[in-house]
Amino acid sequence: MKPLLLAEFTATSCIGRGVAPTLSALVEQRSGLERCEFETVKIDTHIGEVPGVDAQPLPKDLQIFNCRNNRLAELGVQQDGFFDAVQAAAARWGRRRVGVFIGTSTAGIMQTELAYRARDAVSGALPPSFVYGTTHNSFSVADYLRQRCRLEGPAMVVSSACASSAKVFGSARRMIEAGLIDAALVGGTDSLCLTTLYGFHSLQLSSPAPCRPFDAARDGISIGEAAAFVLLTRVPENLDPGAVLLYGVGESSDAYHMSAPHPEGLGAKRAMQAALTSASMEPGDIDYINLHGTGTPSNDRSESQAVTSIFGPTTPCSSTKGATGHTLGASGALEAVISVLAIQNGLMPGGVHTTRIDPNLTAHYIKENRRAPVLRVLSNSFGFGGTNCSLILGRAG
Amino acid sequence: MRLSAYIGGIGVLGPGLHSWPHAAAVLSGLEPYLAAPTVLPAPAMLPPAERRRTGRVVKLALAVALEATASADADPTLLPSVFSSSGSDGHICHEICQALALSTREVSPTRFSNSVHNVAAGYWSIATGSMTESNVLCAFDASFIAGLLEALTQVAVDRHSVLLVAYDSEYPAPLHAKRPIPDALGVAMVLTPEHSATSIARIDLTLTDETCDSMSDLQLEALRGAIPAARSLPLLRLLAIGAAGRAVLDYLDVSRAAVQIEPC
Repeated sequence: MKPLLLAEFTATSCIGRGVAPTLSALVEQRSGLERCEFETVKIDTHIGEVPGVDAQPLPKDLQIFNCRNNRLAELGVQQDGFFDAVQAAAARWGRRRVGVFIGTSTAGIMQTELAYRARDAVSGALPPSFVYGTTHNSFSVADYLRQRCRLEGPAMVVSSACASSAKVFGSARRMIEAGLIDAALVGGTDSLCLTTLYGFHSLQLSSPAPCRPFDAARDGISIGEAAAFVLLTRVPENLDPGAVLLYGVGESSDAYHMSAPHPEGLGAKRAMQAALTSASMEPGDIDYINLHGTGTPSNDRSESQAVTSIFGPTTPCSSTKGATGHTLGASGALEAVISVLAIQNGLMPGGVHTTRIDPNLTAHYIKENRRAPVLRVLSNSFGFGGTNCSLILGRAG
Repeated sequence: MRLSAYIGGIGVLGPGLHSWPHAAAVLSGLEPYLAAPTVLPAPAMLPPAERRRTGRVVKLALAVALEATASADADPTLLPSVFSSSGSDGHICHEICQALALSTREVSPTRFSNSVHNVAAGYWSIATGSMTESNVLCAFDASFIAGLLEALTQVAVDRHSVLLVAYDSEYPAPLHAKRPIPDALGVAMVLTPEHSATSIARIDLTLTDETCDSMSDLQLEALRGAIPAARSLPLLRLLAIGAAGRAVLDYLDVSRAAVQIEPC
């Protein structure tokens, strides 16, 4: 593929609003996971909650979009001057020439969960104040951002579970290369809701403790929430050598099971190979792998096998989900931004909460931060339905 | 900016539309449109254990995907796919929200697994054994054109064939009152970069400010307005007639999609 420039980027998760606090948390190996006290949820688990989401106002003319997910998107887009950068891009290329491609798994479904508690006692009807299309519907977050940023290019949500906001990079790439647009607002927003907290609990996939990816005693995920965005453009002629480019995107399906990964990680392997092919790179070109690394016994086992089968046992890799939690449909974009920070700061972030690495996992998992030049990163995102996406990001110069 | 491809196989299932040949007869005026509830076949391509777990939206998507790939003589294991719909399984969503409104909050693990927006794409991959990439989209009422744009950019940029599946199904009460999709309707087509023996027509798409076309039959027009995937009807009518022509399809509030059809 033709590389693309990550012209602007921002991330908000439980470890911080914007890239500066996010980087500090990674440097300090600080986790944002805390015991779950979310809403009325009574589950013994830890979560990565972003403080202040419910206090975040939306503009007066966009109140119809008001729900936790869009409040989180608004909070996210206001960090790091990102909103202003999008406005500058719209002014430069024209509003019709900037697309909006956002990943989410549950969007504003919490609005419907709340509405179901307030049904009319006689008719069973949902309350009149509840609006489906601009809150619950998956598209609502992309629609909110396009209206908020007044963008008029093609817009859509990718909703393929936890691979959603990695896959948006692939869609944006094709739209830019086809010439439909000149720039794309891509990213992901997923927010805490009862559906995912109780759903993963029902599958016995959430851990009571803060998640411990690749630990011998790992026992599940910690659910988090995040809003992470990137402004993607073509690579300009005069490029800052410190800039970061998207070099490769690889996608695949497991064809195996709705909620369990392929036991040998065949789908994951295929996605990583496709990313290397699309970047015209060899496994040895990758300095660090940001794993999907959810902390469930089966995910980490199959991902480790897939990674080792391509990269061998020496390429350093880690999961940042011990710090941020599993931000589901936002994890691809969040971890793409973390990968940019790794490249720009020469930092391989060690996986926090992991104490004893599972000796059966052969990938070279790092627990401690490493300071070393990081030119190229591969970032993995896999989801329910057996959907996989790997991104390759790297320094321009 | 123009995006082009060849359409090599079509699948249709909806209220009063039983298959693509039947829908083509209705849309070209050879047969009258007789409204009737959508009849969804059990997905024989899935193993019995998986088949029992599939809801209406999965049955719908698999049925039209199978019809399109079969008539295009395309091998699903080699075909990347684009699934686009306004919602996931509305019945599962209702059951989960209902369970969460009770103090017990017992969510079924199977229902939760099948609540994801990409449930149909997941089952299609399991049913066919296809490990190719699948992109799963939502653009509310604009989901058909969002899917078509994604599929056409794959054909144009990556130069590979792609299966497009656009489908929508209903929510039960009380959500139905807030999102009144009346029934299930799906449209699938195989899009290829080159002309082949099974090509039906060439499609060229551009974005436009023009107003969108409507259907002259009032019942079909009602369907076009009520089900996002039925926004494809003016395009399907052109393909059914089998003559060169142009249609403007509804997309976002700020733009429409003009499609030019040249029969092969």
